[in-house]
Amino acid sequence: MSFRQASVLPGFGLTFGFTTFFLSTIVLLPLAALVLAAGSMHWSDFWHVVTSPRALGSYRLSFGASLLAASINLVFGFIIAWTLTRYEFPGRKLIDALIDMPFALPTAVSGIALTTVFASNGWIGRYLEPLGVHVAYTWLGVTLALTLISMPFTVRAVQPALLEVQRDLEDAAETLGAARPYVFRRIILPTVLPALLTGFTLSFARAVGEYGSVIFIAGNLPMKTEITPLLIVIHLEEFDYRGAAALGVVMLTLSFAVLLTINLLQGWGRRRHVRAAH
Amino acid sequence: MAASIPHGALSDDEARPGQHTWMHAIVRWLCITVSLTFLAAVLLAPLATVFAMAFAHGIAAYLRALIDPDTVAAVRLTLITALVVVPINTVFGLAAAWAIGKFEFRGKSMLITLIDLPLAISPVISGMVFVLLFGLHGWFGVWLQEHEFSIVFALPGIMLATMFVTFPYVARELIPLMEQLGNDEEEAAITLGAGGWITFFRVTLPKVRWGLVYGMVLCNARAMGEFGAVSVVSGHIRGLTNTMPLQIEILYNEYSFVGAFAVASLLTLLAAVTLVVKTLVERTGYRRR
Repeated sequence: MSFRQASVLPGFGLTFGFTTFFLSTIVLLPLAALVLAAGSMHWSDFWHVVTSPRALGSYRLSFGASLLAASINLVFGFIIAWTLTRYEFPGRKLIDALIDMPFALPTAVSGIALTTVFASNGWIGRYLEPLGVHVAYTWLGVTLALTLISMPFTVRAVQPALLEVQRDLEDAAETLGAARPYVFRRIILPTVLPALLTGFTLSFARAVGEYGSVIFIAGNLPMKTEITPLLIVIHLEEFDYRGAAALGVVMLTLSFAVLLTINLLQGWGRRRHVRAAH
Repeated sequence: MAASIPHGALSDDEARPGQHTWMHAIVRWLCITVSLTFLAAVLLAPLATVFAMAFAHGIAAYLRALIDPDTVAAVRLTLITALVVVPINTVFGLAAAWAIGKFEFRGKSMLITLIDLPLAISPVISGMVFVLLFGLHGWFGVWLQEHEFSIVFALPGIMLATMFVTFPYVARELIPLMEQLGNDEEEAAITLGAGGWITFFRVTLPKVRWGLVYGMVLCNARAMGEFGAVSVVSGHIRGLTNTMPLQIEILYNEYSFVGAFAVASLLTLLAAVTLVVKTLVERTGYRRR
């Protein structure tokens, strides 16, 4: 068995060589530098940096707020995807196109705009303030920013799955007397579950690493409203490259774990899909 | 990411059972209200705020903010960066899609995962890796200083960081597209005596043009808007290494809100244009997989 199967098309050597070369120089080599920088630390130093109270506080906020944001998107993302695929209403196409806005909008813009809206004198913040709800400069603000920037991931993951729900099955169940909640639980939910979980994981992954939109709305107080990416930047600004690299490796490990989860979930979804088709 | 609702999918809904009950009407109303309220609070209000704040002191103040020399320099730097980064990543995307989409080889899925890697990495880490390599205390820091060439806190660093974060955009559009379209037409062209380049430009490129446009537009949007990675490598030198998103941060932190939101309004317009192009491309029948 050879490395590549025979083909009459030319250019494999050129394009494959260029791809791997470019990938290695731009992505893999720099990432290796990160791992090596952290690896050159003594184990106890590494452990000291990544388990310092300030680092632990930042994980708690970054991971906690990201989980919360992904969960909020699980609920609202599903409702939005459902509304866009099942109901016709004025402006549906426009809303559908706007869903991708957080992808296209630079994070710095989302950051300053959200902060302004939810500050104590902002359009929405001024109504929340009397209720004792402080969004800007608290963990709530962090969660809000993460919810906004990761929202499209859930909606766009669930939408195609919702379109694939076999409407005939729903009709058949209803004609046979099944109540709507029962149809939802037994027919719709099982079909979209893998997509929903993929969307959740993608949202979470994006939220954990997010920096631009969060630093404006978070108060950036150590232990309280300081996210892990910000702590990395602070280490870099103090020229503590190794400390920054150590925290970077912790986050990188998590990213890999998430990528692996996504691959497994998508494989699961495909298998279910294939089984359903037979 | 596709707006993937086929035409006519909703039209035969009225004929379905259970569409005219009270329950259905209430659920429908509830879903639409919840969706629109959520989007209005989280998405539309911030978008409107950008323009409300930018024009808070009138059009004259807005225009004055935009012709500020540091802001103009930031716009120029952002444009130059995108002009360099997008074409390079486009060439890479085409090469990667040709190798992966047209040939079978071992380790293919591994290669695809590695290409997607930058999407899963925090922007801060994407910038940091270049500081570790080329920063003053980095691996090549001393060597670079001896040769009086700076990468970090200078244009090359900004370009490298931007290239890193936008690396997968064109490739991940084109790879599934080329895989799906198959090799039949290319094989026919080659068999009939066309050269490799002719085949690529006359057969393949026209087939994948909408996917290419789609990927380039997304790549460009991210390249112009990237904040975290560029922030780490840029050093925030006014008028020299400040891109538009970084200029927003500086102006905002100085309470120069009209200035900050004026620059933000330009980037918001860019995002809107990106979405329009994306929607138009999808109208041609191009669908993301």
